[in-house]
Amino acid sequence: MTDPGSVGGGGPALESFASAEVADLATTQSDERQRKPRSLWGDAWHQLRRKPMFAISAVIILVVVLMAAFPSLFTARPADYNNLDFASQPPSASAWFGYSFQGYDIWARAVHGARATLLVGFFATLLTVLIGSVMGIIAGFYGRLTDAFISRFGDVFAGLPFVLGAIVILTTFNPPGSEPSGTAVLIQVILSISVLSWPVSMRIMRSATIVAKQLDYVKAARALGASTRRIIFRHMLPNTVAPVLVYATIALGAFIAVEATLAYLGIGVRPPVVSWGVMINDGKDYVQTSPHELLFPAGLVTITVLAFVMLGDAVRDALDPKSR
Amino acid sequence: MSTVYDGERGEFVAEPAADTVPLLAVKDLRVEFRTNDGVAKVLNGVSYHVDAGETLAVLGESGSGKSVTAQTIMGILDMPPAVVLGGEVLFHGEDLLSAKPARRMQVRGEGIAMIFQDALSALNPVFTVGFQIAEQLRVRRGLSRAEARKGAIDLLDLVRIPHAKQRVRSYPHEFSGGMRQRAMIAMSLALDPELLIADEPTTALDVTVQAQIMDLLRDIQRERDMGLILITHDLGVVAEVADRIAVMYAGRIVEQADVYALFRGPAHPYTEALLQSLPRLDLKGQDLKAIKGLPPSLTRIPPGCPFHPRCPRAVDRCHQEVPDFHPLPGDRHSACHFAHEMLVSGYPGSNPDKHSRGLSRGDA
Repeated sequence: MTDPGSVGGGGPALESFASAEVADLATTQSDERQRKPRSLWGDAWHQLRRKPMFAISAVIILVVVLMAAFPSLFTARPADYNNLDFASQPPSASAWFGYSFQGYDIWARAVHGARATLLVGFFATLLTVLIGSVMGIIAGFYGRLTDAFISRFGDVFAGLPFVLGAIVILTTFNPPGSEPSGTAVLIQVILSISVLSWPVSMRIMRSATIVAKQLDYVKAARALGASTRRIIFRHMLPNTVAPVLVYATIALGAFIAVEATLAYLGIGVRPPVVSWGVMINDGKDYVQTSPHELLFPAGLVTITVLAFVMLGDAVRDALDPKSR
Repeated sequence: MSTVYDGERGEFVAEPAADTVPLLAVKDLRVEFRTNDGVAKVLNGVSYHVDAGETLAVLGESGSGKSVTAQTIMGILDMPPAVVLGGEVLFHGEDLLSAKPARRMQVRGEGIAMIFQDALSALNPVFTVGFQIAEQLRVRRGLSRAEARKGAIDLLDLVRIPHAKQRVRSYPHEFSGGMRQRAMIAMSLALDPELLIADEPTTALDVTVQAQIMDLLRDIQRERDMGLILITHDLGVVAEVADRIAVMYAGRIVEQADVYALFRGPAHPYTEALLQSLPRLDLKGQDLKAIKGLPPSLTRIPPGCPFHPRCPRAVDRCHQEVPDFHPLPGDRHSACHFAHEMLVSGYPGSNPDKHSRGLSRGDA
């Protein structure tokens, strides 16, 4: 223990009383905190580990990521395993999710489809948030002309109707009749989603930056000689990243749905590449006769999106020290 | 005091040039805020200086430009809407306003540091107190993580935070108000600045804690022979710790004097009114003598002396002529046409009739 006698000044009786009280408080607190790391991300991780919501969402996401990375762990059948004899058969022991109208094993196909779905969702979100955040920070921090220019530039993209914009971009790259490779289409889908949706995260980041810029601790950091880069990345970013993180988790779900929309229009991911969106579109025509064809892939999308939203919520809470 | 005025004047005008360079000198600082509602002239020629080991108290109402002056010195004004029209901020004789950004950054923290009124909002909520102190030592002094941590603990010890070793891991919201302000002081002392600007450091604290913080500031200042600019509107704090006082009104220094001289006999009606507006234990059952009216809107500062609409001594001359900030006997300055007469007439408290309510209403 350090020496509490270093407390000086007037009123010795009062001060020693006060410091004894503080000492009690400090010892009880320090005992439980002794081994705990006290840095932003360290504490956030410590906090997350104890949250059931985080555990559940993390397990779901882990399973889906494993599906995407190693589909053979989950099914022995290839994505295009197909037997028309079983067309539209309901779930059974041999095919857990049943068969589609085309005789595909839905479970096998869903496992293989996780890769394209996650790739689109993850990278479109990453790009959207990265472009949007950088633009938002620049606009919010420098303000004035820079802000006006970036904001109006963003408005141009935000003003384009999303689906129309995606149709224009994707049909320009792949005119009817062309045979683009699966990877090329994936990249194009990711890029067109990001290009059309970055203004949203830009606006979120911009307003968070404008708020943070006027806070005293940013001024204090500047008054104590911190560089612009340090102020932005060290002092402002941890305080502005939370709303963008929340948006990102919601966007990830939305982008998985967008991927499905584009697949339906025949301009997004298309066979032979399998994605959950492709499967939903295959199944939607038979929803009355064999609903499992639609429900299983749609359920997978829902659960995955829910897991990401829950993760985002938990992470946001963990990043706010005051909520601990 | 009874020496011949003219003779004194000649001597005092010549004095600053012959003197050694002060630690910090602000000269004729002019700043305005350009907003959609018009141009607010926030600083209209502010000049003051502070030497090493000296405490200058800058006193004034809200909106008189105390904090803006400090922020201009630090270079942390939000440049739009603020515009620095002119003036100099001389730190060891080097003009900071025209210095390169890199040089300014170097001066901040090492040369001049600043503490803020509300320590909770001036500490970053997502980092521990120790991290925020150690960060400066790591980045500016190049210390390792462990060394910087040790430095942070020493600094927390210095500002008398008990159990610094444990508290270094606490977040700002886990500290009490007084502890936060101590932590803020520790942060500003990390790079051993030559000048500390304290912007209302005790306004957000309760009275007993205020006294502790002021004691702490005074002790540290003496120990390190540091210059201290104390921005406040609390006359009690000023009387206790300041060596010299600069009184601000509507973006101008209206009076500057040694603390004893100023309390004994103010040379500006505004200072006089401020002193009289203090509640006094020996005058029970009377209304407080508040200053009539409001400070002028900085977008429309009245012509002549900016204080004339509220001044009990105002005459026609005050409506037209802006009074110079002129030297007076006893190393003091005032921006009032009647400063000399005020000093000669002695302490006005002995003559209370002069400041009765009827008179000031008649002038307003």
